[in-house]
Amino acid sequence: MSPVVPEREPAVPGDWELVVGLEVHVELSTATKLFCGCANRFGDAPNTNVCPVCLGLPGSLPVVNAAAVDFSMRLGRALGCEVRGAVFARKNYFYPDMPKDYQISQYDQPTNTDGHLELPDGHTVGIERAHIEEDTGKTTHIGGGGRIHDADYALVDYNRAGVPLVEIVSRPDIRTAEQARAYVRELRAILLAIGVSDARMEEGSMRVDANVSVRPAGSDELRTRCEIKNLSSLRALGRAIVYEAQRHVELWSGGERPRQETRHWDEANGRTTPGRSKEDADDYRYFQDPDLVPLAPATGTIAAIDAALPPLPAARRAELVASGGGAVSTEDAALLVERDQDGLVRAAIAAGADPGVAATRVANDLAVDDWSPVTPEGLAALVSMEISGRLTATQSKQVLAEMADGGGAPDVIAQRRGFQAMAGDDLAAVVDQVIAGNPDAWSRFCAGDEAERKKLAGFLTGQVMRATRGQADGAAVNRLLQERAGS
Amino acid sequence: MTALAIAAAVKSGERTALDVVDEHLARISQRDAEIGAFNLVLADEARTAARNVDAAVSRGEPVGPLAGVPVALKDNLCTRGVPTTCSSRMLEGWRPPYDATVVQRLRSAGAVIVGKTNLDEFAMGSSTENSAFGPTRNPHDTGRVPGGSSGGSAAAVAAGFAPLALGSDTGGSVRQPAALCGVVGFKPTYGAVSRYGLVAFASSLDQIGPMASNVADTAACYEAISGHDPRDSTSIDGAREPVVAGLGQGVDGLRVGLVAELCAASARVQQDDGLDGVSAVEGVAADVIAWVDAAATALEAAGAAVTVVSVPSAVLGLSAYYLIAPAEASSNLARYDGVRYGLRVDAANAAEMNVSSRSSGFGAEVKRRIMLGTYALSAGYYDAFYGKALRVRTLMLREFAAAYADVDVLLCPTAPTTAFELGAKTADPLLMYLNDVCTIPSNLTGHPAVSVPFGSGDDGLPVGVQLMGPALSEPVLLRAAAVLERAAPSDGSAP
Repeated sequence: MSPVVPEREPAVPGDWELVVGLEVHVELSTATKLFCGCANRFGDAPNTNVCPVCLGLPGSLPVVNAAAVDFSMRLGRALGCEVRGAVFARKNYFYPDMPKDYQISQYDQPTNTDGHLELPDGHTVGIERAHIEEDTGKTTHIGGGGRIHDADYALVDYNRAGVPLVEIVSRPDIRTAEQARAYVRELRAILLAIGVSDARMEEGSMRVDANVSVRPAGSDELRTRCEIKNLSSLRALGRAIVYEAQRHVELWSGGERPRQETRHWDEANGRTTPGRSKEDADDYRYFQDPDLVPLAPATGTIAAIDAALPPLPAARRAELVASGGGAVSTEDAALLVERDQDGLVRAAIAAGADPGVAATRVANDLAVDDWSPVTPEGLAALVSMEISGRLTATQSKQVLAEMADGGGAPDVIAQRRGFQAMAGDDLAAVVDQVIAGNPDAWSRFCAGDEAERKKLAGFLTGQVMRATRGQADGAAVNRLLQERAGS
Repeated sequence: MTALAIAAAVKSGERTALDVVDEHLARISQRDAEIGAFNLVLADEARTAARNVDAAVSRGEPVGPLAGVPVALKDNLCTRGVPTTCSSRMLEGWRPPYDATVVQRLRSAGAVIVGKTNLDEFAMGSSTENSAFGPTRNPHDTGRVPGGSSGGSAAAVAAGFAPLALGSDTGGSVRQPAALCGVVGFKPTYGAVSRYGLVAFASSLDQIGPMASNVADTAACYEAISGHDPRDSTSIDGAREPVVAGLGQGVDGLRVGLVAELCAASARVQQDDGLDGVSAVEGVAADVIAWVDAAATALEAAGAAVTVVSVPSAVLGLSAYYLIAPAEASSNLARYDGVRYGLRVDAANAAEMNVSSRSSGFGAEVKRRIMLGTYALSAGYYDAFYGKALRVRTLMLREFAAAYADVDVLLCPTAPTTAFELGAKTADPLLMYLNDVCTIPSNLTGHPAVSVPFGSGDDGLPVGVQLMGPALSEPVLLRAAAVLERAAPSDGSAP
């Protein structure tokens, strides 16, 4: 029987350690495919972006797309890899959506080797290699509920065949499911920052496979691993790792051992199911592709790539945290960089905004696609209104939303909407009215333990908010309630 | 009439291209039922193309160097909208949506494509008996093979069906049939002619080459089809040196080396005491060697200096070739899976359909080589087989480079014997493979080589001698070939 699926960490008991390595396939966003001039575009009508080369017709020959090589070298450098001349090899296996029945990839001489990726929490994951290869076509099974084995027939769309991919293979340095998710998020942030992929898991332009194993805590052995496929979201990635790790612990603890195999994540049932066993896996018979010449980057290429790399997410996070003097949390910094809003916050801080409030306000309340009307000066002004008590936190959020919508300066918006935090004697009067009107709640508040007090504070604050139509500052109300209770 | 004479006559208006093509089509219809050179004759298309050439001439527009010249294409060269079968059931009925680069270039040179010629299935063979559509017969003796795999192209030229033909040469497939049919066959430097549109057999060895009744036509065809092609990554950059203009310059002072390992029975090799104990290939017939010696003498008479040179790894070529070529073929031919084009034999699921299609579509020799190659690349065997063959190839490149430091061209037989009888070697693949023992080294090194008719064997059938040179030595190689052509004896005389 399969173990109960826990969705949270720790994935394994304390005497075990989780060992995860990820293989991430990323589609490069070049204008054309890897070995021909066909458009590299997602979502077009099936089999419209095809030619003799990407259809693998007899007699056709591949010619490598220099932009794809450049993109992959850029990624290599962004991951701190050694970037070298490389050789294309053929990976031979039969599959109906692979036009030539071999995939052009890189084998023993890949473009990028030996890099690393630093997660926002400071943990470093080694990158073994990041090699270039071509994508296959896309098969859709028709009939039988879309399942391969029950299908009546299959349709193949070759628009994806020959799309350039980079496969980034990490070392088994990941120790928790959250680190795995953070790794993918960070990789995605890097890909977006350097502009080589749109990295959309939901569209399949970023595909993640996880190699999962466990070992006794403190050991450095590598035990039998299983490769988990079909992970189409970060949530699926985390759940699958936790599930698989527990399955392994249970097997080892029962005196059994996992089989080395490929497994599929079953999202609906929250478990992994066995796929192909690695023991009877294909022998890919790799050999150098005689149709292509080795890649040899010209002198100065690597230096030019390095010089042109934009600031990477890790550096931007560090810069934001530094500019906040410790007031910006690492979580907010990670989120702001991921959303490309770190520049706005840094500029607002430079314009005098309180770093912590500015970062939190934007991280929590500016999750919109287009926030271009928000200027650093406007944000700084808003933050100062909030800190001085002129706006409540709730009002501040609403003003910010209107600023993002093109509403203008925060003081103008606040005035137009009649916002003004109720404070001082006016607020104290309302609080006293509410206390008088709810004697039962008030006495329980005064006598209650911490949990009870918290619960009733929420109720009483809600009554004040109702009476003031939201113009009271929650923190100020709470302060008054505590004062009145004599604590 | 030679190709160049036809082009001159068409350009001057002395003859029409239509008249020329009709004359050749008439010869084909007279005799190709007996020879079997063509898989497909393109009579209507050829007449249309000829009329277009004639119209251009009459309007005074420039026409290409091969204006109105009928050309036969080996049926593994892609022709837009025209079936390209590789003489395999697997590709029967497939019409490529594009022209091979060489086909495009021939068309723009004014050539008229008259048909697609027979070959050993996917170019795997040395007799054109491995064709799914039946064998081609040697026009000199229809009981004999024309050689292969470009046997249809060689026979077409020898029978006068076309003055020019294209073949492909992976281990000798242009030169060996040229020798057996008594025509000139030329394999250019690897990368000199684009492979785009040539259905791949072994990509690192395949090279398209011209065949003609004489050296000048061969050279003119080479000029028309060679040159850089951005669609072939292995195509050599830059312009090719012209070859036609210098054909008459002779070989005075040229250094010629007779390859000891490929000519063990040669009087010159036997007389060289320094070569005692050299291991040589066996099975080269005495009458063939006698003509190679005679060719050496003819070159000397024209002012060349002939010496005997040793290239020890030449004897390893055949073994290395029969690992590398099948290995690449096993991958190149994987795409014939029944999914998108060619033969499909339906079955319960995709994997079984794949097996049933390939089992029915491929002939025995193709299957044998796919299995050989698959084995040679397999985990655990790669180093001992494919890897070792690659090391032999590197060794050969080094030894041939060393030889070319001392001589300008090398001389040896093209094929070990004259044309053999149909069926004589079909039961023994190894015996058949030995046909390529003298031609394979140039494919492994990527160097150019040419076969020139030079005399007849004891059986009265044509003998070809082979000249090999270093990379891009086409001008000197063809110049030497022209000297041999002029010195070649008329039919029937002894060396």
